[in-house]
Amino acid sequence: MARLGEIAGKIRSKNAGPFTLTIDIFCEEAERFATICSALSTARVAKLYRQKEEDVMRFELPRLNVLKFSMPRPTIQGSLKDRDMHASQWAWILSELDLNI
Amino acid sequence: MPTRVLIPAGALGLGFDEAALWRGVKTQPDIICIDGGSTDSGPHYLGTGTSKYTKAATKAEWRLLMQARAAAGVPLVVGTAGTCGTDSTVDWMYRITCDLARELGQNLTIARLYSNQSSTALKTAYAAGRIAPLWPEQPLDEDLFDSCTNIVALAGAEQIDIALQTGADIVIAGRTTDTATIAALPLRRGDHAGAAWHGAKIGECGALCSTNPVSGVIVIEFDTQGFTVRPMAEGARCTPQLVAAHMLYENADPNILHEPGGYLDVGNARYRQADETSVTVTGAEWHPARYTVKLEGARLAGYQSCTLVLLRDPHYVKNAATWCARIESRLRDEIRGRMGLSPDDYVLEFRRIGQNATLGDLETARSSASEVGILMVATAADQAVAREIAKLANPYLLHFPLRADEPQVTFAFPFSPAEWDRGAVYEFCLHHVLGLEDPMQVFDLRVDEVAHG
Repeated sequence: MARLGEIAGKIRSKNAGPFTLTIDIFCEEAERFATICSALSTARVAKLYRQKEEDVMRFELPRLNVLKFSMPRPTIQGSLKDRDMHASQWAWILSELDLNI
Repeated sequence: MPTRVLIPAGALGLGFDEAALWRGVKTQPDIICIDGGSTDSGPHYLGTGTSKYTKAATKAEWRLLMQARAAAGVPLVVGTAGTCGTDSTVDWMYRITCDLARELGQNLTIARLYSNQSSTALKTAYAAGRIAPLWPEQPLDEDLFDSCTNIVALAGAEQIDIALQTGADIVIAGRTTDTATIAALPLRRGDHAGAAWHGAKIGECGALCSTNPVSGVIVIEFDTQGFTVRPMAEGARCTPQLVAAHMLYENADPNILHEPGGYLDVGNARYRQADETSVTVTGAEWHPARYTVKLEGARLAGYQSCTLVLLRDPHYVKNAATWCARIESRLRDEIRGRMGLSPDDYVLEFRRIGQNATLGDLETARSSASEVGILMVATAADQAVAREIAKLANPYLLHFPLRADEPQVTFAFPFSPAEWDRGAVYEFCLHHVLGLEDPMQVFDLRVDEVAHG
């Protein structure tokens, strides 16, 4: 078992407009990129952020060694129950996720 | 014709390296473009039609840019003026510009592009089927347009181009896409369309695509093949990796960027180190499509009052969730009994700072903090009711025991009064595009001469 954040480099979350959350996992080199892509399923990411799997877009970018996910924002930016205006801290629950490797 | 665009920073008000700005002016740019806003700071600014950044910071930076414009003898454009790009913030920026023109003794032609939309016209467009949802789809009905305090449409390169065609020295644009101000002139001069949009996306955050992000200033040179991006700060470098990675930033799809007249696809783009500090990019493709502009709206969500209490007692820190749940249940009974409100009349939240205040129900970690702050947020249709709810909570937050038989407990309030009003709170509520026959159909342009020279 290893946490995603211990294998990847920087993991960043951000708004992509007020209604969409986007998360970039910078894997830094090809081997770690391949490891993370095979160990991290879209279903697990969807479950972590309580989204339907079909609503989570997955992009594997080998040129940058980046795995990216975009999904509806769990709370709309700035709505009454929103707690993170820039969606910048949501990456941490993904960073702390245990991968079975 | 090659077109050189000087971009001083990712946003006006964020600050930039002044020496780098003057180095940029020496490259003899054809235009100076800066973004003035974004939705990223939340719905308050669009809701109220006000700027996030102070007048003092905006004026100090705009002064330097007006001086740079005069020295370079080229147009200066700000997009999404005053954070939200409403008519009110365009006029706010215009007044700042007029003050500076007087102080600097400049003669100027100033074009203002207005992006606010009338709810009446939007209702007609909605009935005619000219408004379509974006993903993820948000609810829309006819009444929603009237409920917004401001609705803006995002102008593209076409409207900026028309403003530049007036011969304006300065263009103060309302809401525009982040890229529109940068792409407009290269497109007008026949540079590669894919490169114009791709370079504009790379440049919209200033030097964020370089090794010195806070320095702000970059110059992008566009031509018929591609573009070259160069940071202006001493020692700063762009690398293919940094430039390519910028397409990921605040963008749901790393290859596609939608603009009013089509979309950009960078899936086949090639990045190469042109010299020690700059990167050349080719291969982006522009795909024209039906002309649509994105709409953004904000409306009043209520009035808010907050209170904060701190728990340091280890037993209460450990049981803070239970403590909050019990207080919330009692408080809801009191709100009904003493204030006569039903649960639909207010929204009440307890956020446990140190445990779940950032991520709420999504939190997966267990906290080992020695203290917890309980931030209680009450929202209602008017301020007096929200404040009453916050005050009604006070005796519980002060003394509520986990066990009825324990000696009186008292918790820590950092402030007197314990409650504070947050005033009106707004929410974003439109995520749609409006189809247009003519790009200027829903935008207004005004041109003024200001003479102080």
